[in-house]
Parts: sequence; structure tokens; C-alpha cells
Amino acid sequence: MSLSSSLGHGLQATLDALRESRSGLSDQRFETVELSTWIGHAAGVDAVVLPDALRRFDCRNNRLAWLALQQDGLMDALAAARARHGASRIGVFLGTSTSGILETEQAYRRRDEAGNLPADFNYRETHNTYSIADFVRTALQLEGPAVVVSTACSSSAKVFGNAQRIIAAGFIDAAIVGGVDSLCLTTLHGFHSLQLLSADPCKPYDASRNGLSIGEAAAFVLLERADVHAPKDDDVLLLGVGESADAHHMSAPHPEGLGARIAMRAAMQQAGLQTSDIDYINLHGTATPSNDAAEAQAVAAEFGMATPCSSTKGATGHTLGAAGGAEAIISALCIRHGLIPGGLNITQLDPALHVNYQLANRDAPVSHVLSNSFGFGGTNCSLLLARRGAH
Amino acid sequence: MAATHTTVHLLGLGAIGPGFADWPALAAILRAEQPWSHTPTQIPVLQVLPAAERRRVGVVIKLALATGLQAAQHAARDPAKMASVFSASNAEGENCHALCEALAGEDRFISPTRFHNSVHNASSGYWSIATGCMAQSTSLCAYDASFAAGLIEAATQVASTGEDCLLVVHDSVYPHPLGTARPLLDNMAIGLVLSARPDTRALARLDVSLSTGAPASPAPPGLAALQAGAPCGRALPLLHAVALGLETSVNLEYLAPQNLRIKVSPCP
Repeated sequence: MSLSSSLGHGLQATLDALRESRSGLSDQRFETVELSTWIGHAAGVDAVVLPDALRRFDCRNNRLAWLALQQDGLMDALAAARARHGASRIGVFLGTSTSGILETEQAYRRRDEAGNLPADFNYRETHNTYSIADFVRTALQLEGPAVVVSTACSSSAKVFGNAQRIIAAGFIDAAIVGGVDSLCLTTLHGFHSLQLLSADPCKPYDASRNGLSIGEAAAFVLLERADVHAPKDDDVLLLGVGESADAHHMSAPHPEGLGARIAMRAAMQQAGLQTSDIDYINLHGTATPSNDAAEAQAVAAEFGMATPCSSTKGATGHTLGAAGGAEAIISALCIRHGLIPGGLNITQLDPALHVNYQLANRDAPVSHVLSNSFGFGGTNCSLLLARRGAH
Repeated sequence: MAATHTTVHLLGLGAIGPGFADWPALAAILRAEQPWSHTPTQIPVLQVLPAAERRRVGVVIKLALATGLQAAQHAARDPAKMASVFSASNAEGENCHALCEALAGEDRFISPTRFHNSVHNASSGYWSIATGCMAQSTSLCAYDASFAAGLIEAATQVASTGEDCLLVVHDSVYPHPLGTARPLLDNMAIGLVLSARPDTRALARLDVSLSTGAPASPAPPGLAALQAGAPCGRALPLLHAVALGLETSVNLEYLAPQNLRIKVSPCP
């Protein structure tokens, strides 16, 4: 696994930030954006120079991906997996919402008098939604199946389902899964236009929450068939993926969180677990009034007040298409290190949200985590991760 | 050793594109009963969606939803009860262009509806709203390999759940200047309903596997421009075999060095 975000680069930096209850959000400006908002900006992206063989993929999204690929021995783990399974038996399943669209936004400012884009603009390897999987598949010298899931903010949770199904069908033995989304004008101005962007650091589950803070992240997990992989003590198992659709509205969740309930239940069912087995729920918790209200209703209906839960978006910001992958990795860190993270930026917990929201970090054995990701279009996905020793 | 494969049954088809308004029209072209000519794609009027939503949706949503409904009807399946996979290389061209243009301007005001309609999964979201379907639905992209990638996902979904799955592969043309960077022949969509079980309606059995090294099958006679013109056009060798009731194998364009091999067996 590897993760790059505003919390830092790599698992240790991420864990340290979680343990110190440190947020990566800041009120620094991004590009030419003049909105009053806080962002989760990943350090060092502008300074990345891609190798010549990958230069055609150069854009903020792929640079951020490149940073994450260099962390935590991921390249070495991939080389070993390639030797073990063969390049054609390893897939690439990644989520993104906006890919390298920042390149296009900037290119539109450089249009000539006839409205043409500049000659150096490269649509396929930067803007196109598939660019991130193309880049990673090329960088890791893989020859297996690949696809990008782009279902807004559930994208990089849903990819775990794609990988699970294609591995089960026998097409491949392993996959790189996760997601990458990076700061751009479309999402900052877009969420602002919907009045969903907070002027403060986002406050998930707070009574005065007033919108999200946008972050950026690159999250990668090497997923392997449980039966071909030599078990290690700190392996984390993917036991369940639950997916559903709201059938309600493009940008507002089902008011009672019905789709979220279906997704959580489907993940539990696939894992063969009861609600009492779950030690921690990593909430979607974007800090918009409607998301947290709908999600809390869904969690309360399924779990009551018993199960500890929190959103880590107060730390990372909402990393959109990368959120599912980033939070799967955070959940895996919670399992490995026995941590139940408290949510950040809370002044007054919303009394209308009847869930067991954690306000401070707690050390406790964590065997099973449910991680929620929901998105525009009413798309829902819940992942169930487990400690190997618990199974 | 036989290559790993997944078996699904094709229950129904939908098709909208340049020169054809539905599957029977495209099938007639594939059987060479009708010549193909590039008359511009007619975007259908939607009969589904609440009026407020219907006013907000653009070309690509209309195209994707109408194609999915055609396929569901052909398969005699209730769209509210099927999982769905939407796959596209260019999903929301109109909105993307309008947003980039506004963001390049002075005041940078963008329409909230344009923003939430600009997501790659807008067709999947509106499908769910239009049909009331709460089953899982996803939205994929694999550039020119978007048809094969969608078929792999839909087929492995059917194999893992045992439930029917709708696949809609659709592409919309970008306005200028993005249309110059990514030219497509026209707006086009292909829909398939796949099932784990053959029923009396099944058109063909499809054994789907990966094949390394073998070239993609050539376009059916006279249809090279259509096959190359949009990512969903890469389905034509498969659709040609189905339209003619051939027992054969086709290779669809996927990701080098792999293509998608499909053994097509007509159902009696």
C-alpha cells in the first residue's frame, strides 16, 4: 500500500498525522483560484519530473500518482508480484473523478484566436479519464486488464469490487487498486457553485458543519488472491464490497440514506459478518449538511449507537475520486496499528446524528472495519476490511 | 490448458448511432440488407425521467438511457431490477467544454447543474433515477478499449452474482476545440443485456477470454469507418456475428498486448 495526500507521503507520515490528530488542511491558495476555502494540498507535486519514457503523461494527477508510487516499497512489491504472477496476470483498477483536467483548464486559457488548443496539449494521456490507469500500467510495466472507474466520490472504493470479480473469474491473480484525484478549478468552483464548499476547515458531523474542504490524494493497494499469496502477519483482507444506487437525485443523497444502507448491508453479507463484528466505521462524512445527516441515519438504522465511527476528511479533506482508496488505506492502518481515529475540527457534535462518533483517538484492537464512500449520481460503496489474524 | 473464460448469455441489444436508430436497423446493416451511410445520429426524445430532470440532461444522457431501455425491452427484462455497467471514453463532452470555457473566463461562474451533470457517471445516475433501480451501477473508462473493458466488467459481474447485467457503452462528440484533440465520428451507443442463464430469448452464448498477440478482428465489410469512429464501434465484429447467427470467434480491441476473445455460439 502507499498513500500520498496533504497528510504527507507514505504510510508512516499518514499514521503519524492520524496519531497526532493533525489536519493537512490549509488556507493556502491553489493556482489562480480566489475562492475563500481550505484545501488539502499534497506537498511537492509541482516539483515532480517524470522519467522521459513517461513524460507524455505529465499532468498534476499523474505527478501525484508518481509520488505515491515511490513510497513504501510499492515499486519493489510490484516487481516481485510481476515475477510471481507474470505481467499479464496483474490488473490495474483505479478511480478518479477529474483525471488530468487541470491541463485542459489551463490549455483553454491559451487558445488561439480561432479557439484552437495549443499544440502541446495532449488529451489522451492527461485529460482522458483512463489516463491514470494508462500511466500506472505503463509505469509498472503491467500487461493485464485495466480500467478506470469514474463514479465521482465512490470511484476508488468501487475498484475493489472490479478487482475482486475479475480475480474470482480467474483472469488475473493480483491487481493494483486505488485512486488518484488532484486539485483543479472544476471541482473547487463546481462545489462552490453548489454551495457545498466550506469557507472553514471542514467539520464532519459537527452541528455547525457547512460544507466540504477539497483535498487531493493518490492511493495504491496491491491486492492479491488470498490463496496464492504467502501470508504475512500484517496482511489486511478484503472481505466484502457492497454497492448500490440511490435512484434519487444527482447531487443530493437519499434523505434517509437508503442506498447507503443497502451498500453497507451488502458488504456485511458478502463478508458473512454481523454488525456486532465491526470495530470501527470510517464514514464518508464529507461535512455537507445533507451527506452527514443521510449517512448518520443509515448507520444508526443498521448499527444503532454501538459501533465507533468517524470521518477522517477533517484530516485529509475530501479527496473525491481518491477518497475510497485513501480511506481503505487509513482503515488498513487502523487495523494494523490498533487505532480508532477521532474525527477532527469538531466544536459541537451534531445532536441530531445518532451515531457513536469518536472525538478523540483511542488505542484498541481493530479486527473489522467498514469504510463508506458515496458520490454524485447517488452511487454508494462500502468496503469491509479485516485483520488476517481474525480469520 | 484452455484459457480462463467467463460465459454469459446475450439476451437483448440496443443501438443508436450514425445511420441507425435501433438494433434492428444496425442488424440489417450488419447483414448487408441495408447499405450503411453516415447520416447524423438522431438523439431520441426521452420518455423517462421526471420533467425537471429531463430538461437538464444533454445528448449523452439521452443517448445512453434510450439505448439501455432498448436493450432491456429487447431482452424483456425490467430495467429497475438489473445491475448496470456504463462505459465511455468521452462521457460528458458538452458540459466539460462549457465548464472549461467558463473557467478560462473572467468571472468563472459555472452552473451547478452543469457541474453535477459533468461527472463521468451522469448516465449511470440518471439511469438509476429514471428506472428507480437501486442495484449496483458503475461507470468505466478505458479510452478506445472502453467496449471490451465494459464487457469484461459486466461478464464478471454476471459470473459473480448470477444476476442479469445491462452494459451500455456510449460516446459523445466533444465540441470544438476538444473535438479536434479527440475526434469521433458521431454520437453512438451500444447496449447489451447479459445473463448467467440461457432463456428462450437468448441470442447467443458468449465465452469471454483474454488473448495475447492475436490481432483485433477486422471490421465487417464497408463498416471500417464506423468501427474506428467511436470506442463502442469496436463491438462491431461481435455484433456482426450475432446479427448473422454465426458460430465463430472474434477478437475485440482491448489493451495491448491483449485483445478480448469472444467465442460466439448462437442459441437455438
